[in-house]
Amino acid sequence: MRKLGLMNTSALPAALAEIVDDFQALEEAERLQLLLEFSRELPDPPTRLQDHPELMEQVVECQSPLFLTIETEPGVDGQPGGAPERVRLFFKAPPEAPTTRGFAGVLHEGLDGLSPAEILAVPDDMPELLGLTRAITPLRMRGMTAMLGRIKRKVAALPQQG
Amino acid sequence: MPYPVEQNEKFSAYAHPERLVSTEWLAAALEGGALDGGKLVVVESDEDVLLYETGHIPGAVKIDWHTDLNDEVTRDYVDGEAFAALAAAKGISRDSTVVIYGDKSNWWAAYALWVFTLFGHEDVRLLDGGRDKWIAEGRPITTDRTVPAAGDYPVVERNDAPIRAFKEDVLAHFGKPLIDVRSAEEYTGQRTHMPAYPEEGALRGGHIPTAASIPWARAAAEDGTYRSRPELEALYLEEAGLKEGDDVVAYCRIGERSSHTWFALKYLLGFDTVRNYDGSWTEWGNAVRVPIVKGADRGTVPAGFQKQ
Repeated sequence: MRKLGLMNTSALPAALAEIVDDFQALEEAERLQLLLEFSRELPDPPTRLQDHPELMEQVVECQSPLFLTIETEPGVDGQPGGAPERVRLFFKAPPEAPTTRGFAGVLHEGLDGLSPAEILAVPDDMPELLGLTRAITPLRMRGMTAMLGRIKRKVAALPQQG
Repeated sequence: MPYPVEQNEKFSAYAHPERLVSTEWLAAALEGGALDGGKLVVVESDEDVLLYETGHIPGAVKIDWHTDLNDEVTRDYVDGEAFAALAAAKGISRDSTVVIYGDKSNWWAAYALWVFTLFGHEDVRLLDGGRDKWIAEGRPITTDRTVPAAGDYPVVERNDAPIRAFKEDVLAHFGKPLIDVRSAEEYTGQRTHMPAYPEEGALRGGHIPTAASIPWARAAAEDGTYRSRPELEALYLEEAGLKEGDDVVAYCRIGERSSHTWFALKYLLGFDTVRNYDGSWTEWGNAVRVPIVKGADRGTVPAGFQKQ
């Protein structure tokens, strides 16, 4: 199998690194199946967002409609000045768009709950590491790169915490 | 022997009713065991590369427009050898009746049908209404893997000339009708890509001089089926101004949406000479020294390109 050794996964947050390893361990056809599983596992956004689509932002680079937004919540230990805040990710994409949903599912499982600094440190070309470019085509991969870019831009725009 | 042609009132008004089948017809054919023996092969072709895997018509095989039909290195379609291997792997023989369906009003299915036609596959039809209509009617879908018995497909070289136009052909075509099937914003040059598809942009926005604007989706009804013959005539003859016997070129952004229009002009209205310019706006809008027109007017044949 072709190795994708351009960048190793040690630079990635643990959950995302694990996903990348899972994809890389598979043959190309099985990688598509794994992406399909991620599309099934993508959670629906909470009702308060579903009822207010204007609170979500459309990623126009995706071939199918995809909306996303981020929120922050206090870090796990809840101490002021303690653990950094966590970023929560919410996605909405129709079932007729499984590829788009699959990409969103990967980013959700890999990034949801991380700190802003951890998300900002994810390399922009991380989607290339999934080894899907040939099977999906570069055209379709751009949607996922755009999705990651949008998340990082939104995280970067968060008000700075004291 | 080709599979029997569907007879119904809507289809019989079309020039080539043998190119369409209805969901009722396909459901009955499947129940009758039509898929046994490879005489009839059902192909799903979608924009989304994973949509087939979420559920497809029982026994249908998948052909992806990008990974199966486009050449990986040259901007072109696969060659005869690759097409023969693809068809055989999907259980298609040269004499099989192939019914293609897909998402988005058969937009990609029409594109796959057009590529099959480049290879001269004789009996290839569209499922009117496509995937969405089949599902809306509550007809069976499955995630069971289809494992077709290998088909027997000869290596046939593509014959592009009758239905495919290249940039040079379009430059030589000035004076004859062109149909631009993109959105109004793309036609006028307000934007160079489809709404929500910015990644396939071009340097310049506008249209090929003299092209009439008839966005592709106007040929489809709400349920994704093709509009009736009188409705199509109102669109292409009255509005676009096509006349019987015209030699027509249709284009869009990469040749997929215009395949849907090509099908309507060629098989439903019966224009003999209709070519799809698959280079379309991603080539024309970026090419050096080709004329374009901005705005809603069709424009005129540019100086220096008049037919002798």
